[in-house]
Order: sequence, then C-alpha cells, then structure tokens
Amino acid sequence: MDFRDTPDEAEFRAGLRQWLTATLPAGWADRTPSPGRWDEAFTRDWTRKLYDAGYVGLTWPKEYGGGGAPHTYQGIYLEETARVGAPDHIGVIGLGMAGPTIIAWGSDEQKKRFLPPLLAGEEVWCQGFSEPGSGSDLAGARTRAELDGDEWVVNGQKVWSSYAHIADWCILVVRTDPAASKHAGLSYLLVDMHAPGVEVRPLRQITGDPEFNEVFFTDVRVPRDSMLGQPGDGWNVAMTTLLHERGTLGFALTAALERQVLNLVKLARESGADDPVIRDQIAQQWIDLQALRFTNYRSLTALQKTGVPGPEGSVAKLHWSETNQRLTKLALSLQGLASQLDGDGAVWDGFWQYQQLRSRGNTIEAGTSEVLRNIIAERVVGLPRSR
Amino acid sequence: MDFAFSEEQELLRASVRDYLRDRYGDERVVALAESDAGWDPSSWRELVDMGWLDPSLGLLEHAVIAEESAYALLPAPWFSTVALASPLLDEKLHEQPVSVGLGGVVSATPDGLTGNVALIPDLAAVTHVIVRADDDALYAVETSPDVVVARSTMDRTRRLGELRLDRTPARRLDVPVSALTDVRRRALALAACEAVGVAQRALDLAAAHTKTREQFGRVIGTYQAVSHRVADIFVALQLGRSLAYWAAWAVSENDPQADVAVSAAKAAATEGAVLACEYAIQAHGGIGFTYEHVLHRYYKRAQWLEAFEGYGREHRAVVAAAILDSEGAVA
Repeated sequence: MDFRDTPDEAEFRAGLRQWLTATLPAGWADRTPSPGRWDEAFTRDWTRKLYDAGYVGLTWPKEYGGGGAPHTYQGIYLEETARVGAPDHIGVIGLGMAGPTIIAWGSDEQKKRFLPPLLAGEEVWCQGFSEPGSGSDLAGARTRAELDGDEWVVNGQKVWSSYAHIADWCILVVRTDPAASKHAGLSYLLVDMHAPGVEVRPLRQITGDPEFNEVFFTDVRVPRDSMLGQPGDGWNVAMTTLLHERGTLGFALTAALERQVLNLVKLARESGADDPVIRDQIAQQWIDLQALRFTNYRSLTALQKTGVPGPEGSVAKLHWSETNQRLTKLALSLQGLASQLDGDGAVWDGFWQYQQLRSRGNTIEAGTSEVLRNIIAERVVGLPRSR
Repeated sequence: MDFAFSEEQELLRASVRDYLRDRYGDERVVALAESDAGWDPSSWRELVDMGWLDPSLGLLEHAVIAEESAYALLPAPWFSTVALASPLLDEKLHEQPVSVGLGGVVSATPDGLTGNVALIPDLAAVTHVIVRADDDALYAVETSPDVVVARSTMDRTRRLGELRLDRTPARRLDVPVSALTDVRRRALALAACEAVGVAQRALDLAAAHTKTREQFGRVIGTYQAVSHRVADIFVALQLGRSLAYWAAWAVSENDPQADVAVSAAKAAATEGAVLACEYAIQAHGGIGFTYEHVLHRYYKRAQWLEAFEGYGREHRAVVAAAILDSEGAVA
C-alpha cells in the first residue's frame, strides 16, 4: 500500500502542473468562479492546446493516438486540472463514452475514421440513449431503424442529450427488430448529426440554461455499416458504453468534488467560518471528498491488478451526487436571504445558485440513484432482483 | 499509487479469519460476553502464539487484525493492548494484556500513585494499565482487584473500568509522555478499522436475512424499500473502509496528513458502522430487536467505537481547523 506517486508519476504531475500554469490565462486558478455561460470558442481553443501537448487520451492505446499510459495518469491529470479549475476537453461524451466503445467494438476502419478527430476535438459526439418513454429502462427504446437497401432509416426521438447542439456524431441506440425480445431487438448506430432529418431542440433546465437537448430523427438515412457490432448487439454495446461511463467516472467525480470543496472553503473563509455547526458540516464535505477519492483509488488498484474494477467503485457516482447536493445547499445557507439572488448582486454572480440547482440533476443523470442502489443491492450484495 | 494490502498481509487476514471462524463463532462469543469475566483469559496465549502481538507487525497488519477481530467480535483485550498500549510497552510488559488510561492524570508521590482515571477499556481484563502522572511521566500499574472498579458497559465484549489509586506502587516507564500522541493516532486509526469489521458483519447479516426471509409471498430483498437500505449499508461500509485504510497507511508512514486522516476515518467509519447496524436491525424486523439475535452486540460495539476518543463532531472540528484556519489548506 502506497499512495505516493512513483518517480514517473511525479515527473508527469510536475510537467502537467507547469504546463497548466504556463498555458491557462494569468490568474486563472485564483479567480472567483462565476456561473458564466459555457464558452464554446474558448473550449475549442483549450481542447486544441490539450491535444497538442499530448494530454488527451492518456490511457488510450497508442495505435489509436492515445498515450498508452496506466490509469493513474488520467487520475493525476484530473486531479491537477481540478486543482486549478481548468476547462474540460470539448469531447466529454466522445472521450468518456463513444471512444472507448468504438475501441471495444469498432472495426479497424471505424477506429481509424473516428478516433483521431475525436481526440483532437475536431469532431464532437453526443449520446442518444434516453427517450421520453424510456429513461432508466434503456431496453425500452422505441426509436426505429429499418433497413432500406444499404441504409438504415431512423425515426424517433431522444432526450437529455448533452452537447447535441454542437455535436457532429451521435452514438444512437435504436430498435432494429421489433419482433425480437426487448433487449435483443436493439442495435447501436453511429449517426452523422449533420444528416438531413436530424433536428436538435435545446431543453431548458431547472437552472434556466439549455445544457441538454431533445433530438428528433425523421427519415434519417444512415449507411448500413455505420454500426458497432451486428444488428441485435445494441444492448451489449450500450453496456460497454455505460461501463466506461461509470468506470472512468471515479476520477472525474473526485476532481469535480475537490474543486467544489475548494470553492466551499473559499466561500466559508470569505464569510468568517466561525459557526461551529457550519464548520462541522464543511468538515463533513471534506471527509466525503476523501472517502470518494480513496474509494476510487481502491477500485482502480483492483482494476490494475485484476483487470476488473473493484465492487466498491459502484458507490462512487451515488456518493458523489448526494454529496454535491448537500454541499451546494450548504453553500447557499452560508449566504442567508442573499442566497435567493441569482444575478446582479448575488454572491459570486450567482455561481452557487446555479450549482445548487444543477446538482438536482446529479442523482438523475448517468443512472438515477434508484437504479444505482438496485445495481449495488442486486449485482454487488447479491439480493434477488426487484423486477 | 497502490491501494491494496500486500500478499503477506492478505495471508495474515486469511489466517486471522480462519482462526476466529474456528474458535469464536457467535455462540461462544455470546457465552463469553455473558460471563463474569467477559472473555477467556486462557485464550490470550493463543493470540500470542499466533503472533498477533509480535513487535514486527506494523500498523497495516494491525489494521487487518482489528478489522477481522471486530467482524468476529472477539472478546479479548487485544485492541487495548495493540491499539493503545503497544507503543509504550517494554520488555517487562511484553506479551501481557495491557490497557491505557487516556482520560486523566494521577499524582505521583514517593509512596506511589494517587488518583482516579475513569473509562479505561478492558481494565478488568488486563494485567497492567499505563497511566500518566503529574510528574510528566508514564507509569505501569498492576490491575489488582483493589484498584479496579469494573463498570457495567453496554458492549459486554469491551467493558470499561475505573482505576482508583491510593499510594499504589507503580513502575515508571522509560517512554516520554509525548508518546501518547502516537498512541491516540494509532488508536483512532484502528478504531476505524474495527468499525469496518463491524459494518461488514452488519451487511452480511442483513444480506443473508433479506435474501431468505419471505413476507407477502416474496423474499423481502426484492422490495426496494428494503434492498435500498441494504445498498446504503454497502455504501457506508465501503466509504468507511477507504478512509480507515488511508488513515492506517498515513499513520504507519508518518504522513503529513496523518492527523486529519485519522479524524476523518474515525468519524466516518464509526458513524458508518452505527448506521450499518441500525439499518441491519431494521431489515431484520422484530428478530433484530431481540436480545437473542447477535446484531445488538455489533450495534453496541459500533456505538462504543463511535464514542471512543471523541464523537464524530469532535473529529470534524479537527478537520475543520485544518481546512479552514491554516493557510496552506489541506485538500
């Protein structure tokens, strides 16, 4: 057991730290966070810099443009970028979900075609899984794809699709065989978002911001071979995607929570931080952060030793989401009635108001807390299935 | 970064687990808990022979034994001897069951020690207790019946006692009082590891029950109102375990974060163990509320651990000071 960096890891960390300082705008790490709208041009520019410096796809196989490094390097990357609040790569869905699934299921041609522009941020991906009638119940997807000559013709509607409004490609779960059983009738398409018949409508959320989208498909024609796996493999391919979403998530969640705890400490210091009840609650958030961090480390160590993430990893997203909800509410409570302001005159221009409202989505997106508790109860603890 | 026990440490865990399964089934633990002594003093030799008191063991090995012995609810003063006394022991106390009175200072006079120290773990079970005197020294006292007052304790497998000294002969130890800082850090880390063992047993009991018990024609584990609480036990267990192992490692390496690590781990793991037992009792329904069922014994150990050397809020105050009051904030 040893939590310290190896000499190679330490060198990588130092180099990254130096690069971040040199590359981020002056004073970036110490700025007061604000709820400012996501800046696409800035993010694209930052993505390019990350890519040119070799920090994208650190753990991906070298043959597809990755760095071939162990998972700890991605962990160090996320820790260091969180510490200074560096922006994300624009291809969050591509790097976390589409890319790993293409690596696992794609043909050589698909890998060569899709992975390099994905890493470079030249092509942005979105996810078409949830539908108005099937959220947690992915196998209930009703978006249809019917073969017409050498093309699939897609009709249906997807929802909660982040980045769809700027996406070039979509990983899309469709029903190709309505006669087959629920799971066996699904297939997994790679769909050009610029194709005729694709329409993206932003969805305004509880925060008032349009972060997610509805995506409508009307007679969208997709080449027959633009599929991962065979017709009917859709469920298994989608499980690969979700496994990666949940598997690589631990570090990202730890990094996000670390940033949030640092913000909370900054806010508390600004407002005095002398109330013992508040201090107790802030300490609890810090402890919850460390619990997430070290649980993720344990899961990762199991992954490195056995090739399978440890079962404790299943708690990461559940714990993170509920912690982030408590933390952001605590941050509002430090502001008294001023917590109700969300524009001019609000603390940090309304950063916490946005964060608190946004946090309600955390226990819904990427597996609701109810689904995650089912998974823990049934697949980890071994209780009988509830349905 | 490597967050796993070594192969040797896992072998130790397996041997500890085998021994406890073999020798300390629930039935025997309950019988011992209900006995006057509260344990079987003749079993001490077995622990010594198995090397559980071997000075070559480090804190990570102690962490493994603490977790497993709490899982079995081993009634023996191993925790007091290893988690509390071990950094203070010399040749003469070697392999003896010993406890430490952290809760008071007695006065040293030429004819012995005088004063009371309350709430000492396992006091009636150990041969010696180490106390601090007002001459800034540590002393070992023999626990003869005339200086020990046993207190009825909810956790009958780890009873507390009061030491009453009146010009009692004592042997001055050649260890500085400052060693108590190390004693406390180790004790907090190992209390957290014990809490992990307790929570694991609570999970196993809850899982076994909810997999088989039927109501309304179905196994109750299929009801999400039940199964989600079992999932929450798993969550609390895993989070506590991560912190407890981190704390044990940090203390063993004298890491700069050791003090906040042990406070974080002690608070979270012991509160997690209490929650685990409460949810397990609830999942068992009426049977979980009976004296016959073993669960209440784990619940009482969990609460004992939660109360030992400061409830969670006292430890969160330590953490709060570290992250809010110092310049180079701990992150």
